[in-house]
Amino acid sequence: MSPQSGAKTLKIDGRDFGARPDETILDVARENKIFIPRMCELDGLSTVGACRLCLVEVKGSNKLLPSCVTQVEEGMEVTTSSQRLDHYRRMIVELLFSERNHVCSVCVSNGHCELQNMAQKLGITHVRFPYRNPKLDVDASHDRFVMDHNRCILCTRCVRVCDEIEGAHTWDIMGRGVEAKVITDLNQPWGSSETCTGCGKCVHVCPTGALSEKGRSVAEMEKRRNFLPYLTLMREEHE
Amino acid sequence: MTPDELSEIAETERESQKRFKHRVNVCLAAGCVSCQSQAVKDALDKDISRRGWGEHCQAKGVGCMGLCAEGPLVSTGTTIGNERLYKRVGAADAAEILDSLEGPLVSRLHCATDVPFFQRQKKIVLENSGVIDPERIEDYIAAEGYYALIRAVTEMTPREVVEEVMKSGLRGRGGAGYPTGLKWSTVAKSFGTQKFVICNADEGDPGAFMDRSVLESDPHRVLEGMLIAAYAVGSSDGYIYVRAEYPLAIKRLRAAIRQAERAGLLGANICGTRFSFKIDLRLGAGAFVCGEETALIASVEGKRGTPRARPPYPAMQGLLGQPTLINNVETFANVPPIVRNGGDWYAQIGTEKSKGTKVFALAGRVQNTGLVEVPMGITLREMVFEIGGGIPDGRKFKAVQTGGPSGGCLPTEALDQPVDYESLARLGSIMGSGGMIVIDESSCMVDVAKYFMDFCMTESCGKCTPCRVGTYQMHRILSSITNMTATPEDLAMLEEFCDLLKHTSLCGLGQSAPNPVVSTLKSFAAEYKAHIEDHTCPAGVCGKAPGGERA
Repeated sequence: MSPQSGAKTLKIDGRDFGARPDETILDVARENKIFIPRMCELDGLSTVGACRLCLVEVKGSNKLLPSCVTQVEEGMEVTTSSQRLDHYRRMIVELLFSERNHVCSVCVSNGHCELQNMAQKLGITHVRFPYRNPKLDVDASHDRFVMDHNRCILCTRCVRVCDEIEGAHTWDIMGRGVEAKVITDLNQPWGSSETCTGCGKCVHVCPTGALSEKGRSVAEMEKRRNFLPYLTLMREEHE
Repeated sequence: MTPDELSEIAETERESQKRFKHRVNVCLAAGCVSCQSQAVKDALDKDISRRGWGEHCQAKGVGCMGLCAEGPLVSTGTTIGNERLYKRVGAADAAEILDSLEGPLVSRLHCATDVPFFQRQKKIVLENSGVIDPERIEDYIAAEGYYALIRAVTEMTPREVVEEVMKSGLRGRGGAGYPTGLKWSTVAKSFGTQKFVICNADEGDPGAFMDRSVLESDPHRVLEGMLIAAYAVGSSDGYIYVRAEYPLAIKRLRAAIRQAERAGLLGANICGTRFSFKIDLRLGAGAFVCGEETALIASVEGKRGTPRARPPYPAMQGLLGQPTLINNVETFANVPPIVRNGGDWYAQIGTEKSKGTKVFALAGRVQNTGLVEVPMGITLREMVFEIGGGIPDGRKFKAVQTGGPSGGCLPTEALDQPVDYESLARLGSIMGSGGMIVIDESSCMVDVAKYFMDFCMTESCGKCTPCRVGTYQMHRILSSITNMTATPEDLAMLEEFCDLLKHTSLCGLGQSAPNPVVSTLKSFAAEYKAHIEDHTCPAGVCGKAPGGERA
């Protein structure tokens, strides 16, 4: 590519691709149907690089780089899957399972859960670490939705969709470390929130059964995500 | 303020100081204040006025004198080399000290200064600590303060200032040791509508108090360093991010900023040039992670203090998306002497790759706990046994911990290694911000590792998975080892976690959280083994209380 066009070429898993300079490694991989595991990233939302599943190896760098926030560079050589990466990814997913109370058999999202799917994809058969089994609340004070903290993996998609797409910023995080949790408004029951518009976007971007619609039983909660890229695309066209 | 006006202030101040035949300096930094040094100062003031000595004798509040273990410290005498240092002084001793000014010293309170603790130090950052009154700008100016700033803005181009800092070889004193001149030149060359200079005073390592002492003892030096940096990189706005747990440092910084503004050394058109700079304070709310630069920036912006992925580095996109220079307190404090004496002068001190001096907070099982400044390259043995005076109560040395929760524990075999960035990193620890905790045989190294892991677990911000849950799992395994319930498989799992956190965590906190474990596993593997296989704690620390929990 000529320097004027600004476009970059890079190698992902041995194949050559062209990319715009503002694209991330994940953008290029997604466009070309190369799967990189990830939990916190969702097309249409800002990226935070928090779950650490999308780490990839880049030739010449001694660090693993999060593909969702790493911009492409000319001549980059990316490896998205290796024994080492798979090992780390499995451990991270195991950590997520051990952190709270993930019991698939009684979960509304059973069969439609991104955490469950990820475990399957990575070939996880057991969680090798003891579960933390924290005692956490279920907030069912909202008319239409339920928040079950036992199933939350702190991906912050709900926080971002509410702030960036809906513009309400009802959700946020409080606390530190393993005690961190998502809250509505100033840590009050969701039903009493004055900022929540009841749009339900948070529910549909949630990767697990942490946020669900009321009235759904085990395995009945299927999430609709397609609205998000459409919404972003429509807005970009109007700008 | 012009150079002439500055000299005039310095001259007037020196003249007024000369009229005192005797001076009694009382340490009013946090260490001595906590053992009632303010009462000593009050008693001295009262006695001086009762005797009618006000004309020729002055009791002056000064900053840290270093030997915090023996506080409150008082020194008398006006000429260098002629001072007498008194330790553990109480308000009741005031009269006796005043009586002794013209006679023999008070041997009961006397503290010898011809010992290695004082003789082996080289003071650059702390040159004014314990000498000047930190609450008076005139005293700082009389000690050649703000000369470097005026010289920089009136005689040097910003590029020349950056070159001088590059020549000095100064590296970031916050812990990572990034070359300061390189950072400055990157910010200077970054393009932005506005640039910021931030001073990181969110000192959070357990047992570390270097930055606090510098801010309490010589706040103007930090302001001057920031001003020079701002001139060099082209910034007009600065912030000092200081933790709210340092009330005395905050009070003195606020006073210093007001004084500097009134003197025309801070604000618009400094020294009649086009250079303008203002400094605001931002108080940290007690989160260790806010010492990480991207988390610190988020906190200054009013957001939750969580780090973000780098690049982009703050030098390109920092506060409000603008190029931002972030340096530690001690780094800024090194700048005025570098500009005053030249980069070459600074580069003579220290080792090949680590120039200058480093301030350490000596703590733990060592005779002389306190604040010391030594040239880089001094050996750990000299630090612990000469300056530190060795281990008290006839116990045996076991390890020295540097770099706080991100650092490691170095065993006896490492004692003859020099203290510089590369050597400590090679040994599996880090220089860190300057905390140095000496550990003797009465401590269990697994217990020490558990303590630091507990610290990292509770201070993790919770953003990324490996640090949030990994530190919890590592702490759980370490607890099971100290409870004597761990298996060899647990130990293998612990090592797996060390590797995971180091390579997959988002920021330095998580990446370095395994260091205390890795370094103790390397040097004290036998202690881990004794807990797991023989269910005993060689130091006799673990498993004392019923239920297996440590007492």
